[in-house]
Amino acid sequence: MSVTGVEGEERHDFTKEESRQIRARSLTLLGSLVRPLWGRIILTIVVVVVSTAAQVAGPAFIAFGIDNGLPAMLEQDWMPLGVAVGAFLFTGIIGAVLIAWYTVLTARISQAILIELRKRVFLHTQRLSLEFHESYTSGRIIARQTSDLDAIRELLDSGISQLVQGGLYMAFIAIALFGLDWVSGLVLFGSLIPLWFLTRWFQLASQKVFRQTRTASARVIVHFVETMTGIRAVKAFRKEKRNAKEFGGLVEDYRYANERAINLFGIFDPGLVLIGNVTLAVVLLVGGLRVAGGSLAIGALLATLLYTRSFFAPAQEIAMFYNSYQSAAAALEKISGVLEEQPSVPDPTGPIDLWKAKGAVRFDDVEFSYKEGRVVLPHFTLDIPAGQTIALVGSTGAGKSTLAKLISRFYDPTSGSVTLDGVDLRQLHPKDLRRAIVMVTQEAYLFSGTVADNIALGKPEATREEVIAAARAVGAHEFIEGLPNGYDTDVNKRGGRVSAGQRQLISFARAFIADPVVLILDEATASLDIPSERLVQEGLQTLLADRTAVIIAHRLSTVAIADRVLVMEHGRIIEDGTPAALISGTGKFSRMHAAWRDSLV
Amino acid sequence: MQGKLLSSDVHEKRPGTFAAIMRVYPFAKPAMPRIYLGMGAAMLAALVALAIPQVLRSLVDGPLKDGDSSEIWWPVGIVLILGVIEAIMIWFRRWFVLQPGTHIEARMRNGLYNQLQELPVNFHDRWPSGQLLSRAISDLNLIRRWFSFGLVLFVVNTITIVVGIVVLASINWILGVIFLVCSVPLVIYGYLFENKYSVVARRSQDQAGDLATTVEESVHGIRVLKAFGRGAHALRNFESQAELLRGTEIEKAKAIAGIWLWLLLVPDVTFALCLGGGVWLASVGQITPGGLVAFFATATVLRFPVESIGFLLSMTFDTRTAADRFFEVMDEKNTIVDPESPRTIEKPKGRLVFHDVHFRYADSPERFPDLVDGIDLELEPGETMALVGLTGSGKSTVTALATRLYDVTSGSITLDGVDIRELSLEELRSHVAMAFEDATLFSASVRDNVLLGRPESSDAELDEALDIAQADFARELPEGLDTKVGEEGMSLSGGQRQRLALARAVAAKPDVLVLDDPLSALDVDTEALVEAALRRVLASTTALIVAHRPSTVMLADRVALLEKGRITAVGRHSELLASSEHYRFVISSLEDEGDGPGYTPSPPTTPIPIVTSGVSRPSTEVGS
Repeated sequence: MSVTGVEGEERHDFTKEESRQIRARSLTLLGSLVRPLWGRIILTIVVVVVSTAAQVAGPAFIAFGIDNGLPAMLEQDWMPLGVAVGAFLFTGIIGAVLIAWYTVLTARISQAILIELRKRVFLHTQRLSLEFHESYTSGRIIARQTSDLDAIRELLDSGISQLVQGGLYMAFIAIALFGLDWVSGLVLFGSLIPLWFLTRWFQLASQKVFRQTRTASARVIVHFVETMTGIRAVKAFRKEKRNAKEFGGLVEDYRYANERAINLFGIFDPGLVLIGNVTLAVVLLVGGLRVAGGSLAIGALLATLLYTRSFFAPAQEIAMFYNSYQSAAAALEKISGVLEEQPSVPDPTGPIDLWKAKGAVRFDDVEFSYKEGRVVLPHFTLDIPAGQTIALVGSTGAGKSTLAKLISRFYDPTSGSVTLDGVDLRQLHPKDLRRAIVMVTQEAYLFSGTVADNIALGKPEATREEVIAAARAVGAHEFIEGLPNGYDTDVNKRGGRVSAGQRQLISFARAFIADPVVLILDEATASLDIPSERLVQEGLQTLLADRTAVIIAHRLSTVAIADRVLVMEHGRIIEDGTPAALISGTGKFSRMHAAWRDSLV
Repeated sequence: MQGKLLSSDVHEKRPGTFAAIMRVYPFAKPAMPRIYLGMGAAMLAALVALAIPQVLRSLVDGPLKDGDSSEIWWPVGIVLILGVIEAIMIWFRRWFVLQPGTHIEARMRNGLYNQLQELPVNFHDRWPSGQLLSRAISDLNLIRRWFSFGLVLFVVNTITIVVGIVVLASINWILGVIFLVCSVPLVIYGYLFENKYSVVARRSQDQAGDLATTVEESVHGIRVLKAFGRGAHALRNFESQAELLRGTEIEKAKAIAGIWLWLLLVPDVTFALCLGGGVWLASVGQITPGGLVAFFATATVLRFPVESIGFLLSMTFDTRTAADRFFEVMDEKNTIVDPESPRTIEKPKGRLVFHDVHFRYADSPERFPDLVDGIDLELEPGETMALVGLTGSGKSTVTALATRLYDVTSGSITLDGVDIRELSLEELRSHVAMAFEDATLFSASVRDNVLLGRPESSDAELDEALDIAQADFARELPEGLDTKVGEEGMSLSGGQRQRLALARAVAAKPDVLVLDDPLSALDVDTEALVEAALRRVLASTTALIVAHRPSTVMLADRVALLEKGRITAVGRHSELLASSEHYRFVISSLEDEGDGPGYTPSPPTTPIPIVTSGVSRPSTEVGS
């Protein structure tokens, strides 16, 4: 099994080889994000090293003050004490200011990395083909861009700071302690042995529990989102109680996983304190014996005690870092998997410009299958001259939408080629392709924003007049004017609630304003009432006069405006001709048409 | 966007932080005893930590001064025992507090979920699911952490600081006063920090929610973005939002850096002053060396509590924001609720009557007429009524009123003579089943999805429902009827989803069936088959069907014509064709124009207008 891209994302049982592969791609991604920030990172490191050193110096000055300042004071010499106080004050201020600066510096770095990563994921998911989106559910992409990025943010914001600061702090204290009193230093080193075992135990145990919390929380999220998006159906079919029970179970799983994770901390944290306090007692004993014997000053003893107590403070934070590191690493693995996915409909490397398209579409020896071995469109060749309006009819699953998706290059043919004005779509510059060919589907999706924004999506630079003209052309102007703020009504807000049919009209206007040479309508009028459909069709007749069009419709009234009808069955075009010729014939279309006529009454 | 709207509403009148968080108390109440015990344990741990320096003092002033090494063992033994006790108390604190914290979170999460399930559709129309999700997950996470960590530490550390200052003063009152005076700026800065930080924190949480909404839209609307090649356009939009968030986050970091500065600076200055003062006091014999050692050891113990105030404050304000956001949803008044003493319908017949029904959205401007503007309609038991009208005439709204997805603004709807508001929602919705135009499937097997309204149905009933909806394809899915569909399962086409949704409505075996344009995504052949099968079901069931096409209308016994929220005509299809011009306008297709009243089903007299100009000869080679 491969682990390239998003494959194997839900697995936990990677082999060593696979783990290495995944880690390598995470690191490559991380490297590419960090590289442009090297300068800032070095500055940040310098700042944190200096500030930590300044902080750590404190107790040594206290020791100096007591051991040298006090005897000097007794002889009315203020100098040593003044030096100790001044030095303490100086390092304290430097330390505090630098830590504050460091906080802002790390925030800038982490935000720079995050925004870059956000943009990359966003752009890449936009670039990935529909094939990917159809198998990789929307929920998972949303999770990648929200909760996974949150995990990385947490690591960058506090985790790394904790590690760097904590690690430096411990290292500097150890150095200072050795400098002050090497015997105490040795005691401290001895304490590292139980510390190592405790931390190692915590790492291994938390790794396991931690994964469980992540899967448990993902389940809670998926169930939650699904309920909220399907709330009407939930209510209409009284699913509330069953849902509450199901959700309650998931919440309990999540709670339990969390409890276990926190439980580990409940052992780890007092364990650290215990090691720290025992070490303190030993340092006290070893130091005290020497003070009594006169080989160590009291001030130095105090400083060793202060250092020993501070030494263990960051250990807990470093352990926390391990937690956020685990979560961020898992997140980065998944994100790098998405970024590794190659679009199956890639942008051309040497794109051919087509400034002015005429709109001749040709399928050349095309065969298409979504999955290997399951041919959806068997081998065929089809020529659609520029300006022709084609009606594509046939029962559900006959391959009509697939044919349309090949023209709009949502998919590429398995073999053969689809061309526009003789240029293979795979080589056509994306900007020209999208300007020339536009597809309107049955699901009319509206983005948050105003009605005008939604129409102008077809042509971002459109003026208000153009927007209104497009709305008029499809008969949407009247109802839009009737909205609380007309064209400026927010479609998600008060009074902006539009019906399914109205959504479809807006998406039609969107296609009109885009003004493509080739227009594909896939069931685009299904939710419209008959008068609206008629208006749309009248609009279409003018619009389509000098355009190529492929219209898929269940209602055969569309055929009225078509120059040519293609009847499809099981992926094959079984009839092809002018509407009149086919109706008067004896084929499938003439039967369908008769049945449809009967249903009109 | 939504988030901005909400935050501006909220900030007008703010209760105190503590009061805002304490609104969570009802959820936390069962957990409080253990939290108090945890505080007790933490307090003991803190006191033990404060006691250690006192032992040091007696050690320094006693055995060490005298150089008597045999006396050292006792104090060291005491320090060791105190150290072990501190560790045990910390273990106790964790053990007491951890479990209740997770229970608070789980209780609140279930509470939020249940409230959201009960809130009317009207509420969900206004709230993007991204904003709801962030409340259910990250906000509640924050609240849990605060209860099991923040609250305990906040109380204990504050007490520790107070006790510690008393201890310091008892060692030497002058040094104690210096310490106390120096902590004043911290308290002041803490208050200033609240104002600065909580506003930024709220903004960042809302902006993150908005960004999540944009991400969600870019994924759900991917087909549109691709079809128009607007990926770059969407990216720009996303980028500017992400930049906004970045700005806010850096502002937040600056606020945190500010409080860090003070929390580090003030103790450092205090230490320096105390060092100077302490040594001077020692030189004039006002304090023993042991006292000096104890003073600094105690002050070091206090450093963590003082520094912790910074993140405890920001954590508290984050929690407050989280609690505010949580209660924004919990405070939302549910308008569609069960009556206090619900009536029941013993023997439902399915007589559905609309009496002068009006409906408007509560927030729609006054100059707008009611969306449903006085409807009177009677559906006899077993009768099928088609609802016909232009897009936006209120058809879908009328169907939603019948199951109380929305409540009527005035007037009433009765089922078998009982006002539907006097029935429990549970009962009402078991009598009335709906199929929507945009069919929702849940992450569950086909079987569970179809039997959603009546899980106890037999396999035979399941088969029947699938047959009626022409959903044969479901049996050919990889795992047949056990194939998982929905968000986490196989993706089905619009037509397939619609047929399963129809099967679901039929399988519920309701007394009244409400279908909102249920066949729009079906092709002509399938539609005809479904209609033929539906006829059998409709013979015995009261039904209200929103229809766009004549073929669907043909299923109905009578047709109601809806025009701008009013019913302008009711009657049989042929009657309305004859009597109502608007009806002919709405229902007759392109080529039927000109057919006068008394239209009879006969082959078309006029041929279909065909545009033949400019047709080049189709040149097609089909097959291989």
